[in-house]
Amino acid sequence: MKFGKSAVLALTLAFSVSLAACGNNNNSSSGSSSSNNASGSANTASSAPASAESTLSGSIIASGSTALQPLVDQAAKKFSETNSDVSIQVQGGGSGTGLTQVSEGQVQIGNSDVFAEEKIDDAAKAAELKDHQVAVVAMAAVVNKEVGVTNLTKQQLVDIFTGKVTNWKDVGGKDQGIVIINRPSSSGTRATFEKYALGQKTEDLKGSIQEDSSGTVKKLVNETPGAIGYLAFSYIDDTVQSVQYDGVDPTADNVTSGKYPVWAYEHMYTKGDPDAATQAFLDYMVSDEVQNGDVVELGYIPVSKMTVTRDKDGNVTNK
Amino acid sequence: MKANHETPPFMKANQETPLLFRKHRAEEWIGRIYTTFCVALLIVIIVSIVYFVASKGVSTFAVNGVSLSGFLFGQNWQPDSDKFGALPFIFGSFVTSLLAAVIASPLSVCAALFMTEITPNWGKKVLQPVVELLAGIPSVVYGFIGLSVLVPFLRSVFPGQGIGVAAGSIVLSIMILPTITSIATDALASLPRNLKEASYGLGATRWQTISGVVIPTVLPSILTGVVLGMARAFGEALAVQMVIGNAPHIPSSLFESASTLTSVITLNMSNTVMGSVQNNALWSMALILLLMTFVFVLVVRLLERRTKI
Repeated sequence: MKFGKSAVLALTLAFSVSLAACGNNNNSSSGSSSSNNASGSANTASSAPASAESTLSGSIIASGSTALQPLVDQAAKKFSETNSDVSIQVQGGGSGTGLTQVSEGQVQIGNSDVFAEEKIDDAAKAAELKDHQVAVVAMAAVVNKEVGVTNLTKQQLVDIFTGKVTNWKDVGGKDQGIVIINRPSSSGTRATFEKYALGQKTEDLKGSIQEDSSGTVKKLVNETPGAIGYLAFSYIDDTVQSVQYDGVDPTADNVTSGKYPVWAYEHMYTKGDPDAATQAFLDYMVSDEVQNGDVVELGYIPVSKMTVTRDKDGNVTNK
Repeated sequence: MKANHETPPFMKANQETPLLFRKHRAEEWIGRIYTTFCVALLIVIIVSIVYFVASKGVSTFAVNGVSLSGFLFGQNWQPDSDKFGALPFIFGSFVTSLLAAVIASPLSVCAALFMTEITPNWGKKVLQPVVELLAGIPSVVYGFIGLSVLVPFLRSVFPGQGIGVAAGSIVLSIMILPTITSIATDALASLPRNLKEASYGLGATRWQTISGVVIPTVLPSILTGVVLGMARAFGEALAVQMVIGNAPHIPSSLFESASTLTSVITLNMSNTVMGSVQNNALWSMALILLLMTFVFVLVVRLLERRTKI
């Protein structure tokens, strides 16, 4: 009994000590990893002329947008197969988290659905971040299949989302109350939809529903009579009715040709110029292999296919 | 090794057991140091969490210049146009947790009475483990069941979209059932036998005994359970967020989309940047949650003091 007790005590002690050690370890390893990076970049800088990809080493942490996470995750795995000395960790957390962490230097890459200037109040901090656009996400308004509407003009959408129109019969549908399934006011998806589909910010209406995940939005639009929401193309399927915008079909082709305006870049931000390993990974993200493979496969639109570009103020120019 | 020179006099008298004595003394010291270390660690963690949340929460008012009364009593939550009225969320949190307690308390107390007074053996062996099992179900499961079963049901029976305060309260009430039930069961089980026997001896029936003797005696403990249940409901985020709708408005009916403090924090925290006004406003709400937890703990303490009399 006696021995048992002291053994338990010793185990607990050992456990708590190891926990404490864990904390220390974390610190020291993150410290060493950043120094690793530094040495890695020094290495590759010196051997850059040789341009052997396998000499890259270092660890990269990318955090942020959950909308971009699956793509970065999949590309990171493939990248690590050919560059075994580079370890890439991809974390979620949301665009705000990603931008905060990259701006504070906690991670090497911050993934974001929106331009950093739209999220970070401090202009100087936003200017430090370097933008790498890796994909395009387009979204469409979706409605419950029973409402009988397949096309909405910009003005009709504005009227619906500002509460001027509350019944589907006013926009050519059935006599059925409109239920808005929105995103939270801080969401990047909502910011994109408001900016490019509605052209204005909207307030949260009384009785509107806010959900953060695309899956829940889809489920609620499918189940709730008279519901309207908006989803990225990759989430749209037979359970909901996608809606034409000013008569334009929400398809990838219409997005790349510039006819369909409700889309946004997916950004990967670095603080200043990235080190060699990070730069190589970012180059890999925009390579044809990823752009024509993983990007399309996961329902994004390749940024290389776009025939138009758009800056952070929303000005569209032909490439 | 100086300690060896200062051998206490009674040790010299007991020359045959110094080894055992030293071993015991070492044990005492190891135990003392270890427990002190654990307590110190706990205190450091608690103090730093409170400090962190408080400093972030206060900076909304101190650094960003949002007015405190505007935050506590403002009804407009529009972060884009710098309106940070959190009243709809505070209101939503209180209404859902109060309603949850109102729904769950009678059920829990009756279940506890059934387990202890009516079928003590079967109750202890079968019912109590089942109730404890209910406590172990993760909140996301409750939320998902609420969204998939309860919301469509409410939508078809009542006007509205099924989503709202009613759905949130019902999900929460099921989540806090085990908390209240197990505390009430413990209180009832620890009731001295002689009280009940005296009541039976006076010719009282079982119902008269329960309503006249048992319930009044354990009432403070039952209330403790209710308060702890409310504290859990107040702090629950995920399950509520899934079924309440999250519109930042004070709802005009139980079946209209509303928000709680926790749901607005979980919805927006990841999308906002640390240090921005909106992010700080979310920390202020976290501070309110923390302060409410203190209030709940205080109430429980007061109730416990009443129990002892």
